[in-house]
Amino acid sequence: MPERGLVKKHTVRAFDQELARLARHVTEMGALVERQVALAVRALVERDEEAAATVIGRDDAVDELEEAIDQEAIRILATRQPVAIDLRMVAMALKISNDLERTSDYAVNIAKRARRLAEQPQLKPFVTIPRMAEICQRMVKEVLDAYVERDPDKAMAAWHRDDEVDQLYTSLFRELLTYILEDPRTTGTCIDLMFVAKNLERIGDHATNIAEKVHYIVHGDLINRMRKTEA
Amino acid sequence: MSETGLPTTDGRRLIAAARRRDLLFAGIGLAVLFVATAVLLALVLDLVITGAPHIDLDFLTSYPSRRASRAGILPAWVGTGLVMLVTAALAIPFGIAAGLYLEEYAPRNRVTDVIEINITNLAGVPSIIYGLLALGVFVYGFRLGETILVAGMVLALLVLPVIVVATREALRSIPREVREAAFALGADKWQTVSMYLLPAARPGILTGIIVALARAIGETAPLVTIGALTFIAFLPPPPITAQPPFVSFEWLGSPFTVLPIQMFNWISRPQAAFHELAAAAGVVLLVMTLAMNGLAIYIRYRARRLLG
Amino acid sequence: MTLAAPLPAEPAPPSARPDEARPAEIRAKAAVEDLSFWYGPKQVLFSISMPVAEGCVTALIGPSGCGKSTFLRCFNRMHDLYPGNRYAGRILLEPEGIDIIGPKTDPMVPRMRIGMVFQKPNPFPKSIYENVAAGLRIRGVRSRTVLDAQVEKSLRRAALWEEVKDRLHASAHTLSGGQQQRLCIARALAPEPELLLLDEPTSALDPIATAHIEELIDELSRRYTIVVVTHNMQQAARISRFTAFFHLGRLIEFGPTEEVFTRPRETMTQDYITGRFG
Repeated sequence: MPERGLVKKHTVRAFDQELARLARHVTEMGALVERQVALAVRALVERDEEAAATVIGRDDAVDELEEAIDQEAIRILATRQPVAIDLRMVAMALKISNDLERTSDYAVNIAKRARRLAEQPQLKPFVTIPRMAEICQRMVKEVLDAYVERDPDKAMAAWHRDDEVDQLYTSLFRELLTYILEDPRTTGTCIDLMFVAKNLERIGDHATNIAEKVHYIVHGDLINRMRKTEA
Repeated sequence: MSETGLPTTDGRRLIAAARRRDLLFAGIGLAVLFVATAVLLALVLDLVITGAPHIDLDFLTSYPSRRASRAGILPAWVGTGLVMLVTAALAIPFGIAAGLYLEEYAPRNRVTDVIEINITNLAGVPSIIYGLLALGVFVYGFRLGETILVAGMVLALLVLPVIVVATREALRSIPREVREAAFALGADKWQTVSMYLLPAARPGILTGIIVALARAIGETAPLVTIGALTFIAFLPPPPITAQPPFVSFEWLGSPFTVLPIQMFNWISRPQAAFHELAAAAGVVLLVMTLAMNGLAIYIRYRARRLLG
Repeated sequence: MTLAAPLPAEPAPPSARPDEARPAEIRAKAAVEDLSFWYGPKQVLFSISMPVAEGCVTALIGPSGCGKSTFLRCFNRMHDLYPGNRYAGRILLEPEGIDIIGPKTDPMVPRMRIGMVFQKPNPFPKSIYENVAAGLRIRGVRSRTVLDAQVEKSLRRAALWEEVKDRLHASAHTLSGGQQQRLCIARALAPEPELLLLDEPTSALDPIATAHIEELIDELSRRYTIVVVTHNMQQAARISRFTAFFHLGRLIEFGPTEEVFTRPRETMTQDYITGRFG
C-alpha cells in the first residue's frame, strides 16, 4: 500500500512528534553528509586544503548524529511497538543512518587522499573523477530528497545512476593502470587516485542502499534481489 | 462559598459534618433495630416462660381434653407434621417445575407476561380465599372430603407462588456465562438445566422452600375453612403398617387438626390454664418451624459450599 | 608454504529459511462465504468471506463494536441461544463441507465439533474434575476410566495438570484467574474439538497469566485449528499466522499476519494498527 505525502495523525500525539523528530535528524544528518561529500570533492579537484580540514574535522559530528538516531529509533521501538509504515520508517532510519555514516567516512578518506595529492604535481587534468564525483553528489542529494518527500520514483532514478558510476570507475581503473605501466614513478599518485575513485564508487553504492530503503518505506517490499538480477 | 459559587475546601468542617451525619444515621438504625429485637424477644420470652413449664411427655402424647391438666397436643402436632408433608410433597416439585418451565422453556410473549405478573399477585391473595376455593373445588367438587390431603393441597396452592418466584429468581441470577459455557459444550436444553442450572440455583430455591413452608405451617384460616377439626380425639391412620405392602395412604383421607387451630381453640376458652397450654403449643410450633428451617438451611449451606 | 592457521570450517547451511518454517500446503478447515448476520432487525455483519486455515491461529482484530465477537459466535451458533437472530450465507466446515448455519444442518453438530473459551473465565460451580469432564458427560460418556484418562489428557494439554492433579475434586473457584482460564481451555479440549474459538481469552488476566495462555495457544496450534478474537493488536501479531481486520461489521482485510503488520493493503487497516484511528 503506497504511502505518500502527509499521513493521518496518531491518536497519541507524542508518537507523531517522536517520529517527526527521528525523520528530521535523519534529514539533518543527510544534509551534513551531502556537504561532506561536496567539500571532499572540492578538496580534491581544487586542491583546497581548508575544505579537506573541514571534512575531516566534521566526521565526529556525523558519528554523534548516527548514535543519536540509533538511540532514538531503539527507544521508539521499545516504547511504541510500531507496526506497518511506522515500523518500516523507524527500522530504515537505523539503516540509513548507517549508510550515511559510512558515506561520511569515505568522504573523509577522499579528503585525506586529496591532501596528499595536493602536495604532488597533478598528473593530468581531472576528467573522470570530477564526473564520478558529480554523479555521486547528485545521487546522494536525490536520495535524501526522495527520503524527505517519501518519493520512491525519485529514489529509483538515483538508484539507476549507479551503473554509470561503476562504468566510470572501471574505465578510470584501466586508465590509471596504463599510466603506471608507462611511468612507474607515478604509481603513488595513481594508487591514491584509484583509492579516491574506489571511495566515490562506494559512496554511490551507499546512495543506492538509501534509495532501496526509501522504496521499502513507501512500498513495503525489499528490492535487494532486483539489483542482483539486473547486474 | 467562594466567588465561583463552589464551596471552599474547608476540609475539617466538611469531615466533621460528614461524621455527624454518619453517627446520626447509625444511631437511628441501631435504635430501630434494638426496639424491634426487644419487642420480638419480649414476645418470644413471654411465650416460652408461659408455655415451657407445661411441656412434658404427657403434653406431647395426650389428646385434647376438657380438663386443662390432661389436655395434650398429640393429634395437633401429628396433624401439622402430616399436612406439612403433603404440602411439601406437592408444592416443591410443582413449584420448581413451574418456575423452571416459565423461566427456561416458555416463549416470551404476551401470554407468559400475563402469567408472570399474576403469579406474584397470587402470593398476595388472602389465604382464606384459598380456603373457600379448596372447599368448593376439592372438598365438595372432587368429593375429597375434609382431609389431610385437601389441607396439603390448599396450603400447597397457597405457597406455590413463593416457590415459583424463588425458583425463577434463582435461575435468573445464574450468570449468562454458565449457560453459554454449557451451550458451547454441546449441552441440549435439558442437560443444561439438570446438570448446571438447577444445581447452581439450589441455594435460592431452598431459600424459597424455607420461606414457603414457614408460611404454610402457621396458616390457620384456609384450614379452618376446609373443615379442620378443632376438637379431635383420634389420630390419622399410620402411614407404615404391619401388613404388606407396609405403606398405607389411608391417612391422607383422614380428618385432622393442626397446631395453630388447637392453639386458637384453647385461646378462645375463658380458663387461664388453657391459655398457658396454648402458649406451650406455640412453643412446640416454634420449635417445629425452627427445626424445619434449620434442616433446610443446613442443606442450603452444603449446597453453597460446593458452589464456592 | 602452509597457512598459519587452518581455514574455519564451512558454516552449516542456514536452517532457518522463512519458507521452510511451515509446511508448504495449508488447507482450509473452514470457509466463510458471504456471511451476513442480523440481531433482530439490525444488520451487524455484511457479506463476510474468508478462509480459516487448518492447524493455524487466525486472529480477528478491530475496534469495539466491529463485529469480531459476533462473527466468532457464528461458527458454533452461539446466537441460537437468544431469540430473534438471523444468518445469511454459508460457513463450510471441512472435511465434509457441511454448512454450519445452513437450515438443513442440525444446530447441535457445530457445537459438538467446535469448542469455545470465553473472555471472562467461566468454570461451572463444580469441581475441577467435573468441569473438564463436563463436555464428555454431555456426550454420554460414563465410564470412569475413560473420563479419568481424558480429564488428565486435557489438563496436561492445557498446562494445568501439574498444578491441580492433587486436588481434582476441589471447587474450580479455588483456582486463580489464569488457572481458571486454563481450566476452561481444558474443558473445551476434552471432547477433542476440531476447531477452537477463543473470545478475548486473556483480556481479564494479568500479564504473566496472559503470557502463559499465549504460550499455550502456540502449543495448541500445532494440533488444533484456532480462531482468536483479541483487542490487543500486539497479541494478535504475536500469536497468529493469519489476521482479519474488521470494521463496522465488514471484513476490511485478511492476510498473513506478517504482511498485515508490516505492509497492510488497506489504509484503514494501517490506520488502526498504527494507532491513527478515531
